[in-house]
Amino acid sequence: MGNEEKVMRTEEIKINLGPQHPSTHGVYRAVLTLDGENVIDIENHLGYLHRGMEKIAESRTYTQFIPYTDRMDYLAAILNNWGYVGVVEKLMEIEVPERAEYLRVIMGELQRIASHLVFAGSFALDLNGFTGWMYAFRDREKILDLFEMVAGSRLTVNYMRIGGVCADVTPEFMEALSGVLDDLEKGLDELDGLITGNEIFQARCKNVGIMDTETTLNYGITGPNLRATGLKFDLRKDCPYSIYDRFEFEVPVGKQGDSFDRWYVRIAEMRQSIKIIRQAYEQMPEKGNIMAKVPKVIKPPKGECYFQIEGSKGILGYYLVSDGSKNPYRLHVHGPSFVNIGAFPEMAKGGKVQDAIAVLASLDPVLGEIDR
Amino acid sequence: MEGIFLRIADFAKQLFSSLNFGPEITSILMALFHVSAIIGFVLLNVLVLVLLERKLSGYFQQRPGPNRLGPNGAFQTIADVIKLFGKELIIPKAADKWVFILATIVVFIPAVMLYAVIPFGKKMIAIDLNIGIFYFIAISSTATIAFIMGGWGSNNKYSLLGGMRTVAQMVSYEIPLVFSLLGVIMIAGSLKMSDIIAAQKDVWFIILQPIAFIIFFISSIAELNRAPFDLPEGEQELVAGPYTEYSGMMFALFFLAEYANMVSISAIAVTLFLGGWQGPILPSWMWFVIKLYIMIFLYMWVRWTFPRIRIDHLMHFNWKFLLPLSLVNIVITGIGIKLVNWLNWF
Repeated sequence: MGNEEKVMRTEEIKINLGPQHPSTHGVYRAVLTLDGENVIDIENHLGYLHRGMEKIAESRTYTQFIPYTDRMDYLAAILNNWGYVGVVEKLMEIEVPERAEYLRVIMGELQRIASHLVFAGSFALDLNGFTGWMYAFRDREKILDLFEMVAGSRLTVNYMRIGGVCADVTPEFMEALSGVLDDLEKGLDELDGLITGNEIFQARCKNVGIMDTETTLNYGITGPNLRATGLKFDLRKDCPYSIYDRFEFEVPVGKQGDSFDRWYVRIAEMRQSIKIIRQAYEQMPEKGNIMAKVPKVIKPPKGECYFQIEGSKGILGYYLVSDGSKNPYRLHVHGPSFVNIGAFPEMAKGGKVQDAIAVLASLDPVLGEIDR
Repeated sequence: MEGIFLRIADFAKQLFSSLNFGPEITSILMALFHVSAIIGFVLLNVLVLVLLERKLSGYFQQRPGPNRLGPNGAFQTIADVIKLFGKELIIPKAADKWVFILATIVVFIPAVMLYAVIPFGKKMIAIDLNIGIFYFIAISSTATIAFIMGGWGSNNKYSLLGGMRTVAQMVSYEIPLVFSLLGVIMIAGSLKMSDIIAAQKDVWFIILQPIAFIIFFISSIAELNRAPFDLPEGEQELVAGPYTEYSGMMFALFFLAEYANMVSISAIAVTLFLGGWQGPILPSWMWFVIKLYIMIFLYMWVRWTFPRIRIDHLMHFNWKFLLPLSLVNIVITGIGIKLVNWLNWF
């Protein structure tokens, strides 16, 4: 027997995380190379939900494509709508009526809260805090009810139109809205008590999946995942689109960019969103158009245009090339989830299997947006 | 009410002896009678517990829980059991067939054997062994083998990882569990269940041994593989750990064993810390059941509140915190006993 054989040898094993797995948030697949409980290597495999959205856009009219955007980041449908109609409006230089702008802000921020609540719930669930999941979804349900009141559907809301929004709100809606906001604040406090303050949760998340500001920027990550590293960068604040310059709100940041910071930033952001909605609720003009005057058939002038908004997962950008016909010549979507998932291997490498799950959950990937 | 089960047992004994088979056969028949009574108790409890767990989790999560079948969903578990019976038993081609099948039996038999030494009420104990608690610990530790058998025999990477986790966890947490019982045994001065209960006539051991109770509670959750220590199953990481490849009744046996173990370990907690079946007015077995379900409620409460702990924290917590603490508890208990003796002597 040689000398080497006497030494205890460990063998690496490769396991699939997905595409059918309880905690991949969809049909995402990663191949983990494990040495016992330690993750040595992670390989991303994407494309299980690819539907060719960008190509579909080329054979649809500008208006027809709006419902497709709902199906990209299906947890933040309204924000996706916003990005798309925004780029068309920018190219056509359409002025959106004031009331419509306020409605966009209210619905957009509600959608952001709904999206973050799914994040919070699924993060808790991935650490097996089932009750946290139910709490978050209970609150999200109230927001979806609000969407139903206005637009008729709950998940793929299809709320925005080029030049405005599809439906005005009723007085009952405004009444229900302020009730929901109060409930949400209470719900967030509950979530803080149940999850944020929990010793086990903090032990699982603090100092796990750390990524500093520079590396994060090099990966192109934006949104809450970037703010978790401590960089104060929010499109709504730094280059306000729509009417965000009229509201007062803070941009919460984290300390060191670990999983806990990514959680904490989002929880704080939800409180800020509530603040924004309250202000918009106060400032909104009583009456007014909700649609600008736009031609029946939308034909933007020849040219190209880029428009970006602060999505719930990061900067959501739409790049549109028009040849002057009724169909887009080319549409490209810059989806934040796709960028975020790219950093997952580097963040989770070297940790335990359970850390990898926590990191993946903290990145808030939505497969509809990653694969498009 | 008090002696209702004892009378049933007496009746059975008379019935068996009236058959004139001789004393050996009669005692074997009586043993069979006890075993079937215990299995009946276990199965009945599991039926109730599964429903209770789902209802309680619903309550904790502000949702109704199962509410379709029967009054307020009361028959849900029965439907689940029927479904499990109807499922196909799948044995993967790559699996080690015998190990794979045997694991289900190896996990279930100790779970039932544990009940031999549990005092369900006054004189209601199958065998009052003079090493009762020792027997309990010895038998309960064999369950570990079943998990590694299931994990290895399935020939599945998730199962193997789960099996590895189980062994690491159950073997480590066994030590503080046993040490926490030692304090009680030192005060009672006996390993016999009836003696331990008799020693709690005036004051329950949870008052004399609060730290031991907490250590026992925590490490028993780990022994039961329940959240927050359900790493072996680790749904979010390992799909279902050792259970991944099991289906139908083979899976149900694991499930049954898990709940049976929860009942038996709660029963031990009741016996050793909560004064056993002792209590005023109500019959002793009813006191036992009430206390038992208080313990079970605690286990469920913890399960539906906490997230899962990480594997290395799990080990640190055990070896660097629980184990030293339980040792300290033993030392303090020893000093305390000596002090009390010394005071009495004067």
